[in-house]
Amino acid sequence: MKIFLNKKTLLLPVYLFNILLINIFNIGPLLADEIIMTRIKGEFPEAMNQLQESVVEQGYRVSRVQRVDVGLTKSGHKTAAYRLVFFGKYKEIKMLTKEFPTLAPYLPLKIVIFAEGDETLLVASNPISLKTAYPQKKLAKYFHNWEKDIREIMDKTYARMLE
Amino acid sequence: MKKIILLLTILLYPVMALPGSGSVDEGKEVFRKYCAACHGSNGAGGVGVPLSLPSFIDHVDDAYLIKTIRHGRPGRVMPAFKSLSKSQVQSLLKFLRTWTGNAGMSFSAKPIKGNRAKGKNLFKQKCAACHGEVGQGGKGTGVTFSRPRGLPILPSALNNQGFLASATDELIKQTIVNGREKTPMPSAMKLGLQNQDINDLVSYVRSWQRKKIPAIKTAASDSPIIIRESPYDLATTLKNVKQAVIGANLILIRVQELDKGIAEKGKENKKQIIVYSCGFSFLYEALKIDPRVGLFLPCRITIIEDKGKVKLMTINPKRLSAHFNNSELDKLCEEMYEKYTDILDEATI
Ligand code: HEC
Ligand code: HEC
Repeated sequence: MKIFLNKKTLLLPVYLFNILLINIFNIGPLLADEIIMTRIKGEFPEAMNQLQESVVEQGYRVSRVQRVDVGLTKSGHKTAAYRLVFFGKYKEIKMLTKEFPTLAPYLPLKIVIFAEGDETLLVASNPISLKTAYPQKKLAKYFHNWEKDIREIMDKTYARMLE
Repeated sequence: MKKIILLLTILLYPVMALPGSGSVDEGKEVFRKYCAACHGSNGAGGVGVPLSLPSFIDHVDDAYLIKTIRHGRPGRVMPAFKSLSKSQVQSLLKFLRTWTGNAGMSFSAKPIKGNRAKGKNLFKQKCAACHGEVGQGGKGTGVTFSRPRGLPILPSALNNQGFLASATDELIKQTIVNGREKTPMPSAMKLGLQNQDINDLVSYVRSWQRKKIPAIKTAASDSPIIIRESPYDLATTLKNVKQAVIGANLILIRVQELDKGIAEKGKENKKQIIVYSCGFSFLYEALKIDPRVGLFLPCRITIIEDKGKVKLMTINPKRLSAHFNNSELDKLCEEMYEKYTDILDEATI
């Protein structure tokens, strides 16, 4: 093994080849991935706090929280906690709605949060799925970033609730 | 020589590792990432049915689980996980088996002979109340924690091609014989069914199978938005939209700039307005069918003045519905599409 570790020149192509193989066998995004979901261990109120903090930590502003459960209850329907968290970045929204006004109905971004017993679910549409409808090159970067951010926001919320 | 062997080992490592036996730890992580959101952290159920009950997991074989994971249940929420590697699936199985520590049953693939017509009659009498007239399953998804409904666990769709392609006759028979303890699914004894009755039922359920498993729909070809140009100025259009929303029996929740809360206070763009509204009874029905429908919500109508022209837009619910793999939602999305279109038309007349 020692011989190999010394010969970086040889290891690099081997390494790259391995990555290639691993990628071939674990191909592509899952169908399931058009919707991004994470189950949070912990009750709704705390999960809600942690979600909002994670959104802010990721560099966004929470523009509004829609209390769907309150509306439902007022209309006489029984429900557990169910809310929508809207968020965005000023510069992004300003530029995008100006250059791509038809994208506006999808902005600001949102994450659905609802209670399920003593756990909490986070659900979001995968922004990548907008790519086929908005194929402009300039937008792809945003869709990818949003996906990454939404996943990170959910992962952070999950991790924070374990602490 | 040594070098070559080493080189080969390294080169082939990922290939050798692939069909390998997998590990519980990897399985646990795969479950957390791909399954727990629906089936619960401990498999107790949620958007998906429970998986960890001994009456389920100990009474199915590995082949059934693997096929279910690969085929999914087209139109019934459960996705098809085609791109998990073999080793990931093996790991997943190992992890699922840790819930009870038992190995599960094994079944032969031998078809069971029965009288289909008699099975049909029996199904009407004994099963249809829960599983639906033609085995289409209960309305909704999985286990209910937060939304009241008739049964705590949803009766599965038995006419689902993903289910039929995964379950052998023997597995179906065993399920009918034992029922599923701790779920509403009763045992044959409770239903007063004899061995021949059960065979007839299996044969009837099997008759729903088709040659092909329909593909789970992905991103639809529908346009992503519904859009209208308004002949009026922004203020008039906004007034019209509010009226149209109320006229459509929705509750007007609020009107605010698109960038409100994101822009500095006072710097909001007054030419981009969102009208938030909701039909709570409609929403309530939709949530019973799929708790994830919040993704459509609330009914947001975006009004933008762009280069002197006022445009009204909403997302197109028909396009979103394709992401859910839930055929019951398709009808609701159609209704929502009509409603949005009506409102936009009404406001721009
Ligand atoms: C988006 C939600 C969702 C995800 C994600 C999901 N499932 Fe499911 N699953 C369901 C639903 C809903 C059903 C029941 C379908 C029905 O009612 O006909 C189901 C059914 C099943 C069944 C059949 C249960 C039975 O009683 O026969 C198995 C096994 C299963 N899922 C395993 C998994 C595994 C393993 C994963 C992760 C790789 C997974 N599911 C991911 C929603 C989901
Ligand atoms: C009181 C309601 C009820 C009745 C009656 C009932 N079932 Fe079920 N059945 C269920 C529920 C709920 C489940 C899901 C259990 C679970 O999630 O493990 C189920 C599951 C099943 C399954 C397993 C499906 C799968 O995806 O794993 C089969 C097969 C089945 N039932 C067949 C029948 C047949 C045949 C009859 C009539 C003889 C019948 N059931 C009567 C409620 C019922």
